[in-house]
Amino acid sequence: MKYKKHLLFLPIVFVTMLVLIFSNTCNAAEKEEGFNAGPFIIEHVTDNYGWHICGDGDKSVTIPLPIMVFDNGHFVAFMSNKLHHGEAAYKGYAMGWGDQKGAIVKLADDYTGELVEGTTYPVDHVCKFNISITKNVCALFISLILIAWIFLAVAKQYKRRPDQAPKGLQALVEPVIVFMQEEVINPSLGKHAAKYTPYLLTLFFFILLNNLMGLIPIFPGGANLTGNIAITGILALITFFITQFSGGKEYWVDIVNTPGVPWWLKIPLPIMPFVEIIGIFTKPFVLMVRLFANITAGHIIVLGFISLIFIFGQMAPALGYGVSVVSIFFYLFMGCLELLVAFIQAFVFTLLSAIYIGMACGNEETPEIAK
Amino acid sequence: MELIKPSFGLIFWMLIGFGILFFILAKFAWPVITKGIASRNQKIQDQLDEAAKVHAELENLNVKHEQMLAEAKAERDSILNEARAISANMKEEAKVAADKEAQTIIEDAKKAIHFEKMKAMTDVKNEIANLSIEIAEKVMKEELSDKEKQEALIQKWVKDCNLN
Repeated sequence: MKYKKHLLFLPIVFVTMLVLIFSNTCNAAEKEEGFNAGPFIIEHVTDNYGWHICGDGDKSVTIPLPIMVFDNGHFVAFMSNKLHHGEAAYKGYAMGWGDQKGAIVKLADDYTGELVEGTTYPVDHVCKFNISITKNVCALFISLILIAWIFLAVAKQYKRRPDQAPKGLQALVEPVIVFMQEEVINPSLGKHAAKYTPYLLTLFFFILLNNLMGLIPIFPGGANLTGNIAITGILALITFFITQFSGGKEYWVDIVNTPGVPWWLKIPLPIMPFVEIIGIFTKPFVLMVRLFANITAGHIIVLGFISLIFIFGQMAPALGYGVSVVSIFFYLFMGCLELLVAFIQAFVFTLLSAIYIGMACGNEETPEIAK
Repeated sequence: MELIKPSFGLIFWMLIGFGILFFILAKFAWPVITKGIASRNQKIQDQLDEAAKVHAELENLNVKHEQMLAEAKAERDSILNEARAISANMKEEAKVAADKEAQTIIEDAKKAIHFEKMKAMTDVKNEIANLSIEIAEKVMKEELSDKEKQEALIQKWVKDCNLN
């Protein structure tokens, strides 16, 4: 009861801040070349070399992040603010443009300084081994530390107070763990559950926490990590490898000689085996695309609503403020929806991973939940 | 295209980072947490079972207790009845004894009375005799002046007295 008042106050402050920040951005954008929603949205859902917080152009506040590349056997590292959002080069290194957008390119000469518009800078090569700590990598590290800290703290609580009622963080996390174990992992994997529980729980909480962090609009969150195809791809790939390596003889026999299918689908032309083999790869591929698309779509919609403010603001500032009310309303609605999606997508990814692994293990109890 | 083009750096860091996270959690967090939950569940189940057992035992004990109570009541009743019988018996006996005593006392009293009466009678007789003699003497002193007559008369009276 005591906090209710403050809770009501919070969204008001939040909305005001958003409006102020974006109206600032809008004015800055207007002065230059006008607001263009497409690149604005894409820039926000993809990776960046710096962590942009607010403002635009020279007035922007950006956390510089280290750029690290192996170039011709040399390890080159410098902070991203030296590149001025791609408007400058440092020792011949610059952010790629056009086809090389998002990459670090080496210019023909070791040029340091501003890249003047209209001048052509010949590109020598694209740096292949680019392990820069980008915005997403930084968000990844933050979330990894956070997850490790949460669960080590919870584990410590279990050690320190064995067989006691859960308390604090433990009480928050335990029902989720128990739910995942009893509703997803155990029914899908049966007697093999204990072996795969650590991976599936790590997977679930990694996706969940990053989904939620992605919904926070400012610094520690805001990176579209689970909406990045590299991240979802790696997660799907790990599930793929675990599935294949835990697959017993029965699993492979079922793929080559699918039971319950007419013989003429197998013998002259191996249609069914072909479909099954494709299925091995489509399953993780779908996992990858589903998570990526869901999270990115959510971010794009939210950014779309925010962009509307500036599109209308360009026509007339008053119109922009008027639209902002509607936009913020829709933004809040989408935020709630995204909150739901964050849980659902983490759940679905883990559930399907568990089912795929369970099917490979030859767990007979699987179909009940798979239906 | 940038949106669906996985970048090398992110893949690299993701593999390392997720690997380390998985290693740390799989080694230090998940076993402790799952074991902790399982152990607590086991403990709760054990305690529930224990409670059920204790409850059953208590019920059993209650039944036993009631049985014992009933037995004790029965025993008490029997003891009481016995005591009552004994006391009644004793009363009867005492009554009989008292009656007997009374009878003997009465008898004794009667005897004593009879004895006393006899004694008193003898005394009275003697007194009367003495008185009679005294009277007779006086009468004789007056009537008998002649010695012979006197002797004869006395002889006669003495005879009469002895016969009596």
